[in-house]
Amino acid sequence: MENLRDKYEVVIGLEVHAQLKTKSKIFAPDSTEFGQEPNSLTCPITLGMPGVLPVLNKECVNMGILTGLALHCTIPHRCKFDRKQYFYPDLPKGYQISQYDEPICVNGYIDINGKRIGITRAHLEEDAGKLVHAGANGIAGSTYSLVDLNRAGTPLLEIVSEPDMRSPEEARNYMEELRSIVRYVGVCDGNLEEGSMRCDANISIMPKGSKEFGTRAEIKNLNSFAALEKALEFEIDRQIEIVEEGGEVVQETRLWDEGMKETMTMRGKEDAHDYRYFPEPDLMPLEISDEWVEKIRATMPELPRAKRERYMGLGLSEYDANIIVEQMGLALFFDKVLTLGANPKTAVNFIMGEISAYLKEQHCEISDTKLTPENLAELLDLIEKKTISNNIGKQIIFDMLKDGTSATKIVEAKGLSQITDESALKDIAQKVVDNNASQVEAYRGGKNQLFGFFVGQVMKETKGRANPQAVNKILKEILG
Amino acid sequence: MITIKDVEHVAKLARLELTEDEKVLYTKQLGDVLKYVDQMNEVDTENVKPMCQVIDFKNVMREDKVIHDISKEDLMKNAPDEENGFFRVPKIN
Repeated sequence: MENLRDKYEVVIGLEVHAQLKTKSKIFAPDSTEFGQEPNSLTCPITLGMPGVLPVLNKECVNMGILTGLALHCTIPHRCKFDRKQYFYPDLPKGYQISQYDEPICVNGYIDINGKRIGITRAHLEEDAGKLVHAGANGIAGSTYSLVDLNRAGTPLLEIVSEPDMRSPEEARNYMEELRSIVRYVGVCDGNLEEGSMRCDANISIMPKGSKEFGTRAEIKNLNSFAALEKALEFEIDRQIEIVEEGGEVVQETRLWDEGMKETMTMRGKEDAHDYRYFPEPDLMPLEISDEWVEKIRATMPELPRAKRERYMGLGLSEYDANIIVEQMGLALFFDKVLTLGANPKTAVNFIMGEISAYLKEQHCEISDTKLTPENLAELLDLIEKKTISNNIGKQIIFDMLKDGTSATKIVEAKGLSQITDESALKDIAQKVVDNNASQVEAYRGGKNQLFGFFVGQVMKETKGRANPQAVNKILKEILG
Repeated sequence: MITIKDVEHVAKLARLELTEDEKVLYTKQLGDVLKYVDQMNEVDTENVKPMCQVIDFKNVMREDKVIHDISKEDLMKNAPDEENGFFRVPKIN
């Protein structure tokens, strides 16, 4: 398959649903909380009772604008909502309120590794409820379904890319960057496993050099970055095989099966949904003024790309900058430590070293530990001022992570401050010299390498607290 | 012109089961409705923007505030069938 792949070009576009982090639903005042008792977060609007009227949540519009700006989109002055008709019990109204021909964001892009991936549009819509198929195992044998409408009406922003990606890896990079952006602007958790961010992929192949795209398949149920990449890899091979055998790829919706590691037909073209969109008469159109857009723009936090560049400007390696930005909690923590005046390089050493190791070992986030940015900044300051050595710092950081004690308190309680007082060090050094007469004799007889032995002894006596430069100087004086 | 196939398609989308007689009847009735509405195509709309609202309102929004003033028990009273707090519905193909 590998060399067959060289004959074809792959074309991928992604549709990503990002659940917006509002307190209440997009058209109803129900809570959007996750994991509540079934149907406890509903009201007549969500249940589609006759005569109810949806009212748009302003925060959804603000989040839509903010995300659009972060994705370099144009925010049209006017947008509206439409009804997307489909008959299924996950939305009791019989239609989903979405945006069809006048979405809130158009014409944006994301740059990944120097390549620009276009974003066609992003639109606001409501999520559907959840169905549990009961009465037998799996959907096929079920005799009836149970409906939980807690999720129905949760705000979504559907972000549609241009068919600009040419490999599963590129699709993954795009998805990772998009996830990072929606997390940093604070509109979405970006949790693929829990479904707060969901992705459908459109993929086709065409002979290399061709200008005409092949027939595409749409793939659903991609619940992780790994699933996205694996499903696309599988689909490329499947489509190449069909074409190589003289067949034709059919336009259809396919489902990724995580257990079987393959995609399979979900519905064909003849069963494709016929949504019969029309303008939602219960909602007024939106007019978004330049002032409104600018007000939102003013709240834009630093985006991942700018953050990476700033970190590299501070002297971090590209690798370190990427790793820290990828973990938003860690990046925001690092920023706080920097604003408290810490030296970036020392801070990164601790964050990438001891702190990351601890988080990995405990399977937790920095926010789950007791370490505060203030405490870390204080520790780094003690090192900077040579009150303690770097090594002592690396020992006590673990206590700080576990119980939140301040560095100064630990240093005082354990007597860990560096001994820079020369007279105190002189006494200790003299004692070491006096107690090791034979080594002194050998050293003076020309065995220069024994010098390290004396330094080691002084360090041992001071439990590592002696300032190494001061010890060297004093020992040289005593030993002559 | 609307055909029996259109009626069958619309019925399928609405999950309605129609008898052959009903299909013939609805084909004529729906056709008549469309023909009536079709008169509007006689108006020249060349330079007219599509209208999606008859009232001149815009930007009607609410604050992002949770209100929960009807109990789950009361809301579920309208459910024809219920199981463990879920709505129970027939299997949908």
